[in-house]
Amino acid sequence: MKADLDIFYLGFMALVGVGYVLGSFWFSRLIAPSAPDAKKTSPYECGEIPFGGAWGQFNVGYYIFALLFLVFDVEVIFLFPWAVVLKKVGVFALVEGAVFLAILVFGLVYAWRKKYLVWQ
Amino acid sequence: MRDFLYHTDRFVLDLTQRLTDAIGIPWVVELIKMAAAAVLLVGLASVLGMVLIWIERKVAAHMQQRLGPMRVGPHGLLQTVADTLKLLAKEDITPKNADIIIYYLAPLITFAASFVCLSFLPYAPGMQAVRFNVGLLFVLGISSLGVLGILAAGWSSNNKWSMLGAMRGGAQIISYELSAALALLTAVIFTGSLDFHDIVESQREGWWIWRAPVVGLLGFVIYTIASTAECNRTPFDIVEGESELAAGFHTEYSAMKFAMFFLAEFVNIFIVSGVSATIFLGGWMPFHIGGMDGLNHVFDLIPPWVWFFGKVMALVFVVMWFRWTFPRLRVDQLMHFEWKFLMPVSFATVAVAAVLATGGWYFFSATPAAPVPQVAPKHENAKPTASGAHGERTWGTFRVQAVSFPNV
Repeated sequence: MKADLDIFYLGFMALVGVGYVLGSFWFSRLIAPSAPDAKKTSPYECGEIPFGGAWGQFNVGYYIFALLFLVFDVEVIFLFPWAVVLKKVGVFALVEGAVFLAILVFGLVYAWRKKYLVWQ
Repeated sequence: MRDFLYHTDRFVLDLTQRLTDAIGIPWVVELIKMAAAAVLLVGLASVLGMVLIWIERKVAAHMQQRLGPMRVGPHGLLQTVADTLKLLAKEDITPKNADIIIYYLAPLITFAASFVCLSFLPYAPGMQAVRFNVGLLFVLGISSLGVLGILAAGWSSNNKWSMLGAMRGGAQIISYELSAALALLTAVIFTGSLDFHDIVESQREGWWIWRAPVVGLLGFVIYTIASTAECNRTPFDIVEGESELAAGFHTEYSAMKFAMFFLAEFVNIFIVSGVSATIFLGGWMPFHIGGMDGLNHVFDLIPPWVWFFGKVMALVFVVMWFRWTFPRLRVDQLMHFEWKFLMPVSFATVAVAAVLATGGWYFFSATPAAPVPQVAPKHENAKPTASGAHGERTWGTFRVQAVSFPNV
């Protein structure tokens, strides 16, 4: 099977996946009742009368972890091509990978010592 | 018939040939194959949802000494069908303060992403809808779209429970994704390929879980933990912890939109188990022990797709078993476990795996890795320019390898 054909297969599967969801929404709309009122459509807060919106400020800890994730995820992506050719290239790639991993681990140790990994 | 059971790749080729003979236009044949693959996968996703939900309820029940669903069909087999019909007929409530477009997009993204991943898995030889040479990377990328769906759901519902659940879920999933990717990397290092088909073929002599000494098993365990967290399963279910956050990110979703989240969750469990089975447990490869031909022949009698689904279902059972064994972690425990324990362990695993793969120190390494360049004696290293031919050659080897890097 040629790779260029597989692209079409992938696109087709994505369309089918979207179609599956839209189709079931449509079918449910056909047979389901619809009688919204003010109580039904208000946000669920365990039966209490809701106050305020949900789009407020949230813990800054999430932001720090998102930044950390970004750094490490990009570097893990860089490791994938390295892993593929490692056995063919041999010791040269091993040394390069070791240097790269050492820098990564240094980053982790830095974040650890700076106490960014403590959840507040 | 034999081809259909054992040599599915031959079966597919034969079918393609017959279709081409009958129709004659290549793109129509491809279109028919595409449609057939789509029908099979839609069927698989639907059946998976039904069967896995039933299994989950049965496993849960029997672990708590209950019977679980028993009324609809034999042993409650049709319970999920009844539930689906009920969900179809339920009123679809949209909260009045919701961000409508994102609110509708969230279940769509979540389900479509997991559905596309289904088409990458190799179910049997030749039975793989999409085959890329970077298949594994692609599946990792698409499956992380799922977190987008969760964040979108939590944000657009404009509900405090949803928001809290989505933020926690985002932080948890992206953190554990790192460990999952690193664990898969250990097997990629040994295989030297990201193509699912090649990865399965490379395990003809033995599965990576034991062929790669210790690191294979370690990578498998890390991936099992990290993927459980990525699917938001207990003990990592703070995203929708029902005793804390109502239902977490899908509190405001009802009827079919809720069903899509539910279906996507079970399809995701199947996908991570399928990836794990393919990478570490040999995919559709039968279990073989070198030298014991009688036993190997018996195992060969079991068709490859039975092997695949057997392995995947065993892993799915382990994930369900987790749920009734471990208590839920707190948010801080969860983050500390990932960043202060799992991440360093996965880095160490990758490092050891790299050394083992380069040295060819694993079972059945029939083709040893590239010849290890001779380390030059110390006195030559000290003055590489003055030492003449020997020093030149050592450095030359390195340079040749560096040049050949892009061609590999």
